[in-house]
Amino acid sequence: MTETTGSARSATSAREEILRRVRRALADVPRGERSEVDRDYLAVHGARSAGENIDLLAENLAEYRAHVHRSGEAEIAVTVARLLAERGSRSAAVPGGLPEDWLTRVPPEVTLIHDSPDLTAQRLDAVHSVISGCALAIAETGTIVLDGGPGQGRRLLTLVPDHHICVVRVPEQIVGSVPQAFAVGALVPTRPQTWIAGPSATSDIELDRVEGVHGPRILDVVLLGAA
Amino acid sequence: MKDVYLGMPSFPEAARTATKDERLRANLTRATHTIRDKRAKAVTEIEDWAELVEAGKAIKDHTLRHLDEYLLQLEAKVTEAGGQVHWARDAAEANRIVAGLVKAADGGGDQIREVVKVKSMATQEIGLNEALAAEGVAAYETDLAELIVQLGDDLPSHILVPAIHRNRTEIRDIFRANMARYGRPAPEGLTDAPADLAEAARLHLREKFLRAKVAVSGANFMIAETGTLVVLESEGNGRMCLTLPETLISVVGIEKVIPSFRDLEVFLQLLPRSSTAERMNPYTTMWTGTAAGDGPRTFHLVLLDNGRTDTLADTVGRQALRCIRCSACLNVCPVYERAGGHAYGSAYPGPIGAILSPQLRGTASEIDASLPYASSLCGACFEACPVAIDIPEVLVHLRARVADAEPGHRAERAAMQAATYAMTHPAAYRAAEAAAIKARRLLPPDRKLPLGPAKAWTETRDLPELPKQTFRQWWKENHR
Repeated sequence: MTETTGSARSATSAREEILRRVRRALADVPRGERSEVDRDYLAVHGARSAGENIDLLAENLAEYRAHVHRSGEAEIAVTVARLLAERGSRSAAVPGGLPEDWLTRVPPEVTLIHDSPDLTAQRLDAVHSVISGCALAIAETGTIVLDGGPGQGRRLLTLVPDHHICVVRVPEQIVGSVPQAFAVGALVPTRPQTWIAGPSATSDIELDRVEGVHGPRILDVVLLGAA
Repeated sequence: MKDVYLGMPSFPEAARTATKDERLRANLTRATHTIRDKRAKAVTEIEDWAELVEAGKAIKDHTLRHLDEYLLQLEAKVTEAGGQVHWARDAAEANRIVAGLVKAADGGGDQIREVVKVKSMATQEIGLNEALAAEGVAAYETDLAELIVQLGDDLPSHILVPAIHRNRTEIRDIFRANMARYGRPAPEGLTDAPADLAEAARLHLREKFLRAKVAVSGANFMIAETGTLVVLESEGNGRMCLTLPETLISVVGIEKVIPSFRDLEVFLQLLPRSSTAERMNPYTTMWTGTAAGDGPRTFHLVLLDNGRTDTLADTVGRQALRCIRCSACLNVCPVYERAGGHAYGSAYPGPIGAILSPQLRGTASEIDASLPYASSLCGACFEACPVAIDIPEVLVHLRARVADAEPGHRAERAAMQAATYAMTHPAAYRAAEAAAIKARRLLPPDRKLPLGPAKAWTETRDLPELPKQTFRQWWKENHR
């Protein structure tokens, strides 16, 4: 056990020594100095109506090669079913809390797999699609934020399958800008978050953008309420 | 896998070799110009870029000036959220900690023989892969470019696109020759189409993601207020590593902490636009300790010093710690464009490397002593920097340090070699000047070199004055 004690002592001293080094390095900083950061940047770029935000979100998502669809409440089940069919999907993962009425038209040949603790990454690797909601979407950057809330589930659900159908309720889930996504109450910082702007992509080979490396290669975004 | 930058030749020597490699130069030129042009567009798209830069700079400066407090807050929050925090004074200590954590990850069974990795400058800086290999643990890079570098038994040459020196045919050949050695072989009849190469990487790596027990990452930001870590990426390999394995070990430089969640609203605008010229990168992952039922069950954060506190102690040089690793300075640098990333002899190439490496490592070695001279002081890097690091100012400051430490011939020789290099490469010089003139508008009108230890230098050597005409125009008119 002397080894454990030894490494514990060394760990404590590493912490203390780094903190001591930091304080010594900052000898020039007056004690009690408090500086405010000037936030002269804009809260949002340009004035847009709710409808214009929807259009901008759609445009920016499409520019990064997401497929954008608009659907009314009444047609959402048909839309989801159509997107599964168009991609030839045979199976789809369903996070807990996803509205059941989105799934009422899914054809019988598509197996719906509701999330459960035994749905492992290995099993998900054989699942074609996933259907999820989101926490919010940012119009200016074409970004969707997932935070593991109802209808979104564990992060691996929206990661391992190759086809992600993501439903954004508009206009209520849209914010205009990145700063608006950080407004108090918009997001809970400590929830696991995934920010998505278009499907997986790489430009590592001669800077040619290629869609799809490890994340879902097909991202269908349904703007629900924008029919 | 090849070891890092030990025994690297000094910058002028390495640059001389690199500038003779035509393919490397052609790839670099195309790549840097492409990113540079796209970036200019992404930056001009938002009208408050200058204010965002100012805020980014201010947040980072503020954090650095209270670094001890924010590190303690971060430690408390990460611990509260179920994570374990470790402190590493130097590379060897960090490597030892990580190796120990990997070996203990299966409950002390010592059966873990591989980890998956997200591209991380910090782990490259400390040579973690090599250290793990020495312990019998294979570290698989999962970023496509890093995979290319690793399979090619090569060194990265660019912060953002480490395989920028390889073209598609070379990549195909590397995949065909070497994928089988590390796992799933390249598909039969693999072509050199980027989409096919990406598909080959997907298949090769998926096998590894699904079986990995341990992942190692860095982080772009750590939020003191909440204990949240943030990783920005494009390919989804980051999400795989940060989500699927049971144990996650993140090695992060102490300068990566920022005070509040809200501060991300600045950096999530600055970094993607400045780095990949995108409004937003495809994927960003944020996690706070561990979350029940979602992601790794065990999370370790290794806070790395390794020369950062030395850098912090230098009141001129500490601004280098603001760096958010966007690589914009590389893409505008005429010296980098000609010399390539390898010539800088560290994980940090380009202008930022020229000021970071000699501060993190000191200037005792030939390469580190020569790095402050790996510049024509054109100022294009300063103009491009999203956190306004005055790289030329720090370069001049470090030249003074090198000259003071060894007033004899070595510093002079390094300076002369670098100057000769720039003068004998007119295209580089021309590009530098053109970029510098564009940068004028962002510089204060009376740009004086800092005095102090550099006084001996600055009295006789001014920074380029950023003339209204280029040096070449002036030369033409005055030296007929």
